[in-house]
Amino acid sequence: MPTVLEAINQGLHAMMAEDARVVILGEDILDPYGGAFKVTRGLSSAFPDRVLTTPISEAAIVGVASGLALRGLRPVAEIMFGDFLFLAGDQLTNHAAKFQWMFNDQVRVPLVVRAPMGARRGYGPTHSQSIEKHFMGVPGLWVVAPHILGDPGGLLRQATLECDAPVVFIESKTCYGRPLISEVAGMTVTEIADHVSPFPTVLLRHDRAADADGLMWCYGGMVPHCLEAIRHLFDAEGLAIDLAVTSQLSPVPASHIARVVDECHSALVVYAEEASAEHGWSAEILAQVQDRVSGSGRAARHVRIGGAHTPIPSGRALEAATVPGARDIIARVLDCF
Amino acid sequence: MSAPVTAGSPVRLARCDRASSAADRYALLFGIRLFEQSLLDLFSTGVLAGTTHTCLGQETVAVGVVSAIDRACDIVFSNHRGHGHFLAYCGEVERLYLEILGKTGGVCGGRGGSQHLFLDNFYSNGIQGGIVPVATGMALAEKQRGSGAVAVVFLGDGTLGEGVVYEAFNIAALWQLPVVFVIEHNGYAQSTPSALQIAGEVAARPRAFGISTRECRSTAVDEIARHCAQAVDAARAGGGPQCLICYTYRLGPHSKGDDTRPGQELSEAWLRDPLKTARAVLDETTAAAIERRVGAEILAARIRALEATA
Repeated sequence: MPTVLEAINQGLHAMMAEDARVVILGEDILDPYGGAFKVTRGLSSAFPDRVLTTPISEAAIVGVASGLALRGLRPVAEIMFGDFLFLAGDQLTNHAAKFQWMFNDQVRVPLVVRAPMGARRGYGPTHSQSIEKHFMGVPGLWVVAPHILGDPGGLLRQATLECDAPVVFIESKTCYGRPLISEVAGMTVTEIADHVSPFPTVLLRHDRAADADGLMWCYGGMVPHCLEAIRHLFDAEGLAIDLAVTSQLSPVPASHIARVVDECHSALVVYAEEASAEHGWSAEILAQVQDRVSGSGRAARHVRIGGAHTPIPSGRALEAATVPGARDIIARVLDCF
Repeated sequence: MSAPVTAGSPVRLARCDRASSAADRYALLFGIRLFEQSLLDLFSTGVLAGTTHTCLGQETVAVGVVSAIDRACDIVFSNHRGHGHFLAYCGEVERLYLEILGKTGGVCGGRGGSQHLFLDNFYSNGIQGGIVPVATGMALAEKQRGSGAVAVVFLGDGTLGEGVVYEAFNIAALWQLPVVFVIEHNGYAQSTPSALQIAGEVAARPRAFGISTRECRSTAVDEIARHCAQAVDAARAGGGPQCLICYTYRLGPHSKGDDTRPGQELSEAWLRDPLKTARAVLDETTAAAIERRVGAEILAARIRALEATA
């Protein structure tokens, strides 16, 4: 299986070959450098007219991309580190996200902003955050995150060519080098998607438990950690925890959540995210789950797991203690039994 | 306000292009002036809510600049003070009233209001400076497409405090994009005079990026149109980004009643009102006839918009 990075790179190559409207712009993306994380490698050699290296100007990168999108192109902008999205925050929230609605649906802004995100690489306070939570909940702006259980290249194609709204595409730095996983032993994988929320949620259910002991929600870079925790909890503790992985972070995929809740009757619901849980993604998912559950489900216990509410330290040991891993998830789940 | 309102297409002002006569230009300038004054009246009587930024005194920049573009393809990106730009672009005065009144017949269904307008190739947004890279990106799209279109984007001297402007200047010059940056230099950023908010020379800014820069010190509509035509033609011919600095003066408040400038400065500025210059080249009979006709159009547009039920 390809790695996440290879899948995104191949997805970009395929999109550019498929559709001449696709334009890629960002800092240091030309060959031979091919981007700080090498996601755009090979593109400028294959499509020299449609791969534009830019100055260090995040606001202008996203602004220019919005202008391209308003005039009928399909730009994909790369922001070198997700942390730098704040430099383009005005462009995303006051321009790209608003144009379609405030111009009374007479224009479209089919723009993708790719942003490597997350910690565990020792990059410290300003290059390790999971700041997507600040962009979730902005009307008109979509936030989408690929992961190892899905098809990152296909997801990016969907965001670029099938979505007419601006999408912030959150790529976990630590997942770039991980191979994709199409199956998990002892679990059945189902994909949930519909017209309202087209970016799929992946549901993994234990084959040997009709009603599992719990249900876990996560996205993006937390998937490997959650999978590791789930495997350990099943093998060593006999606890069957199902896993729901969203790729559409915003707008909230309420229909997916409803379907998962209806299928999985769990006494324990766990939400795991890498950012601090305070004002986080998990709060919204928890509220949506609460809205949907009925009957005995109302008595379920809800547990949120997130990083420490501090900046991300640079030192390896300090950083490891700040962001949640499999061991933290296992401990919190065992606390509930 | 009980004049009969008849059905039919919305009231429009006649637009101007490069060949328009002095009489036609005065008619449009006068229409924008009346429109803006009426907005301030509607606010003072509580009919209008929210906010607005009128272009009283700056009408000649709007008409001069927009009359120089090719409406078949060129793009105009306007800012918070955009009614004059919009009316010069399309003349849709009734639908602009409806928009500002928040009614569904407005150009954006009442969602956008004064600062967020869209029609054909006209766009506006109310964030200082943020529109400059967007217009630059539009120019890139047109260049890639080979359409020959030029994007014209309006800035004020106050906008020069925003860093994103210089990011856009840099990219536009690097990539030689067909974009015209029009800086309406009215001497104030809201209430703050230029001397308190601009270091160095305004023209030195675009020039530092290698952007061909023209300065128009006249507020005469013909002079502004002539300068803008040169800029638009140069951008269209592949000369890369252009900058046009128009020195002007805002005769009205920044917004509604927030004018703290010295009374003497204002009264002297009214003596130099560019509309007086535009009127002076016409004979009295012609000018009076224009004012009667345009006055009736603005009144009709306003009444129809006020009486629209939704």
